[in-house]
Amino acid sequence: MTRKLLTGNGAAAWGARLAATDYIPAFPITPQTEIIEAISGWIDQGEMDARMVTMESEHSMITAAASAAASGIRVFSATSSQGLLYGMEMLYTVSGWRAPFVLVNVSRGLASPITLEPDHNDIMAARDSGFLQIHCSTCQEVLDSTLMAFRLAEDERIRLPVIVNMDGFYLSFTREPVELPDPKTASHFVGDYDPENIRFRASSPVSQAVAVLGGAPYSYFRYETHLAAQNGLAVYDELCREFTNLFGRDYSAIEAYQCDDADIVFVMLGSFATKARAAVDQLRKAGKKVGLLRPRLLRPFPAEMFRLLLAGKSGVAVIDQNISMGMGGVLHSELAGALYGHPHAPPQLLSFIGGLGGRDISLEELFEIADVTRNAVAMKQTPPPRLLYTEQELREMRKLQAVASVEREELNNSGGAKND
Amino acid sequence: MTEQTVSIYRSMKDLPSTHLLGTGTPMCAGCGGLEALNQLYDIIGDKSVFVNAAGCMTLLSVYPFTPFRGSWLYTAMASAPAGAQGVRDALDILIQKQRMKADEDMQVVVLTGDGSAYGMGLSATSGAIERNLDFLYICYDNEGYGNTGQQFSAATPHGAKTATSTGSRGYPGFKKDLFAIWAAHNPAYVATVVGAEPVDLARKIEKAMSMKGPRMLIALSPCPTGWDYDPQETVTIGKLAVKTGIWPLKEYINGQLVHTKIPRERKPVEEYLKLQGRYKHLFEPQRNQQLITEIQNKVDRYWEKLGQ
Repeated sequence: MTRKLLTGNGAAAWGARLAATDYIPAFPITPQTEIIEAISGWIDQGEMDARMVTMESEHSMITAAASAAASGIRVFSATSSQGLLYGMEMLYTVSGWRAPFVLVNVSRGLASPITLEPDHNDIMAARDSGFLQIHCSTCQEVLDSTLMAFRLAEDERIRLPVIVNMDGFYLSFTREPVELPDPKTASHFVGDYDPENIRFRASSPVSQAVAVLGGAPYSYFRYETHLAAQNGLAVYDELCREFTNLFGRDYSAIEAYQCDDADIVFVMLGSFATKARAAVDQLRKAGKKVGLLRPRLLRPFPAEMFRLLLAGKSGVAVIDQNISMGMGGVLHSELAGALYGHPHAPPQLLSFIGGLGGRDISLEELFEIADVTRNAVAMKQTPPPRLLYTEQELREMRKLQAVASVEREELNNSGGAKND
Repeated sequence: MTEQTVSIYRSMKDLPSTHLLGTGTPMCAGCGGLEALNQLYDIIGDKSVFVNAAGCMTLLSVYPFTPFRGSWLYTAMASAPAGAQGVRDALDILIQKQRMKADEDMQVVVLTGDGSAYGMGLSATSGAIERNLDFLYICYDNEGYGNTGQQFSAATPHGAKTATSTGSRGYPGFKKDLFAIWAAHNPAYVATVVGAEPVDLARKIEKAMSMKGPRMLIALSPCPTGWDYDPQETVTIGKLAVKTGIWPLKEYINGQLVHTKIPRERKPVEEYLKLQGRYKHLFEPQRNQQLITEIQNKVDRYWEKLGQ
């Protein structure tokens, strides 16, 4: 095993390389581009026996990726944000082809306003697409999850594409020491790609992705896809154990930190959860029994595991780095759905929204979240969802607005632009 | 490029006498697109993967039936050429890495209507040609969004009535010159065909099949339901499209434009127009001579520029 300083993007590229990927349809988008640059460099240097093709859009990229997978080869691709949304029609379409491949998404906030910094609205939009989702919080995890994602996708009980998600900038461009799995062990773990009956050959013609008439055959195929996705829970556990045996690193479907004796639990996705982890350490020092749950697997949703881990807790604070306009945090709703009506479910489930477009979530805010949650438990009353924003931020925002309005006035006075 | 110079199709007698494409499809009676596809498929053969975009012909393969003896993959409206890219690259990789025998290889064929070819799928097509993808593109052009009830598309001709151009002057726009747009990419081959001219069609698909790289065919597809005429007139209308000079049969090969069937004495466009309900407003309740002349002049100008 070699240790190497890698960015999250570099780790994803290494995952594709160690999995002996055959084919990489690509399209550049910030902050994902480094992944395809790394792979392209290896191919040009003869270090990776694969073919890369730069498509003219993510819509075409996802189409080419799935079409190649449906022809019987191992495929990897990567995108981000607007790109994921541009390809969204095809995400929903190709999952039904049951042709497995792996897509890395480097999370970035969605327009409007356009931004480069991370949040999870892009990946949440893919939530119901039929792609399975693994969310990472470290560069090591990105590499390891990419290897695991191929196994998950290609398992005969699943046969679905998988997205490995990491946060833009915070993970994609952060260098961390990463253990590179030994190529032979990695290739043994991932195995050869067996296309089974999903392939095109002259001697055995097939029709794939054909139309159906009527709701009954349609429902049948949709239910089949859902049931296959649900098989992912058991399969994931299996291959996690296998991965731990081979590489010594453990990645259960939900990472539980200081949860056993906790009465208040944070729930967060991705790299921002490392901030919550730091807050837990501080709160523990102050004698407060706070823990953290970080789901790695979002699809399939590990509902039963959440119920077990949260049984008997008094309060849960879900911190969503996404916002469903007119509703609130997506993970909060998902968790409420998983817990509702279960006898040992925590009585208080609070919703906080933060980290949009790369907005930091400070330790102080996490302490406040813990206090608000504890208070809700004591009062037996759930406060409305809270949108994290500090007075200081609002003051800075007001300054920007003031500058904008002064500039406009200047233009109007000088006759440069009319605004009537 | 291994261009075939002598065709085995000299007359109708040389054309295949039995068809490879299965019968009983849900296409409309008299479908000019199916007429062309039937003939094309005989020569393409069953060692093929048809990559389809949303359109009328998506309904050829409805679970659990297909008229194709070879393979089929439905993608979406905009990205059939990208699907062809994935399939072609995968087959090449499998052969190169010796995971598939070369005789398992197939011709990759994109099959879309004009809605996809002229509009939504044009970016994906441009990308595929620019990457010099080895594939065949068949566009069945029925000059409108036929599968949704013939709304006008970028392929609709000037003056035609469609479900979204019902006024007295019909469609105000002009048919996009897809042939020229494709040819500007300098692909291996571009041709126009029509099912009513089977020998010309056979020679062109024969030529396309003998070549590598992007090979593009636009088949004018008379459409009884969309163009509003009796299904038995499909062949007549197809022939008139050529004889009036409205649908020039041509090919772009080695950077040269060649007209393969020049109508020496062009019939008046009126003979083509008056058979179709979509042009009825040009003749009833009163004759719109100005618009008929406009359409005639456009055709005349096309051929005059070629010295015909």
